[in-house]
Amino acid sequence: MTEPQPQIAVVVFPGSNDDRDAALALGGLGAEPVLVWHAEPDLPDVTAVVLPGGFSYGDYLRCGAIARFAPVMDAVRRFAADGGLVLGICNGFQVLCEAGLLPGALRPNDSLSFICRDVPVRVERDGTPFTSLCERGQRLSIPVKHGEGCYFADEELLAELEEHGQIALVYEENPNGSAAGIAGVLDEAGTVFGLMPHPEHAVDPLLGSTDGALVLGSLVNAARERLLAAA
Amino acid sequence: MRATVLVRPKPGILDPQGEAVQSSLRQLGFAVEDARIGKVVDLELDGNDLEQARAELERMCEQLLANPLIESYEITVAPE
Repeated sequence: MTEPQPQIAVVVFPGSNDDRDAALALGGLGAEPVLVWHAEPDLPDVTAVVLPGGFSYGDYLRCGAIARFAPVMDAVRRFAADGGLVLGICNGFQVLCEAGLLPGALRPNDSLSFICRDVPVRVERDGTPFTSLCERGQRLSIPVKHGEGCYFADEELLAELEEHGQIALVYEENPNGSAAGIAGVLDEAGTVFGLMPHPEHAVDPLLGSTDGALVLGSLVNAARERLLAAA
Repeated sequence: MRATVLVRPKPGILDPQGEAVQSSLRQLGFAVEDARIGKVVDLELDGNDLEQARAELERMCEQLLANPLIESYEITVAPE
């Protein structure tokens, strides 16, 4: 019997530029990606949503600040509130923070430089829908490419994140000044995840690393389990 | 009426742009201890109810113009 292919929405904002890479990677990992335009008021029948990287709305005002008002974001908010799986990559992470679906904010890199290179990150939290294929402490090599990836959380919020196990990925060598070296953070329920590194750019040996497939593959597996549970 | 909103990074928030400008000003010989960079938003509003405008500007800041987690804002509004 062939395994069922979960449908996963990849939202396309004006200025998204990793939407097709994300869709390609998800497709290669056994999902059926569905591109969804930002003006759509509803999501199709999907079991997970990915907000891709890019420069939605030109990053005007603050990265992600305008995208959060896109019609599709109301649908994403409802989907997340119902326990749906939502993954934000880079700009998608910024959008989720601006939308209040994830805690914290992303600020310009402390170096002021745009960083584009593979970085080592460590898995702090395994067993989530986004890290089930990883082990705690595992070191992944995944590229970052951002100018505003400096994660900010004040001390109170950091303590909360630690207490609730929401810090899922940390940089081994902090490239951007992120608080506590945070590279990826979960919401309290553990069903919404945002990260600055681009797992969709690390799914093929030709790209130098396949570690991104562990993150996206975890999501595809979790989506498939939900599909089977609902059947 | 016209309104101006100043958006600033909150104290304690790392402001690398401000740091770069401060260090450049020092290189020029100015004794600058600190520099912080924010944003100015100039707005033209319909109506002439100052109190109502102020309340609306407050909401604009909370909902879009500033991210309250990392930025503070200051509103000035004046009838034309």
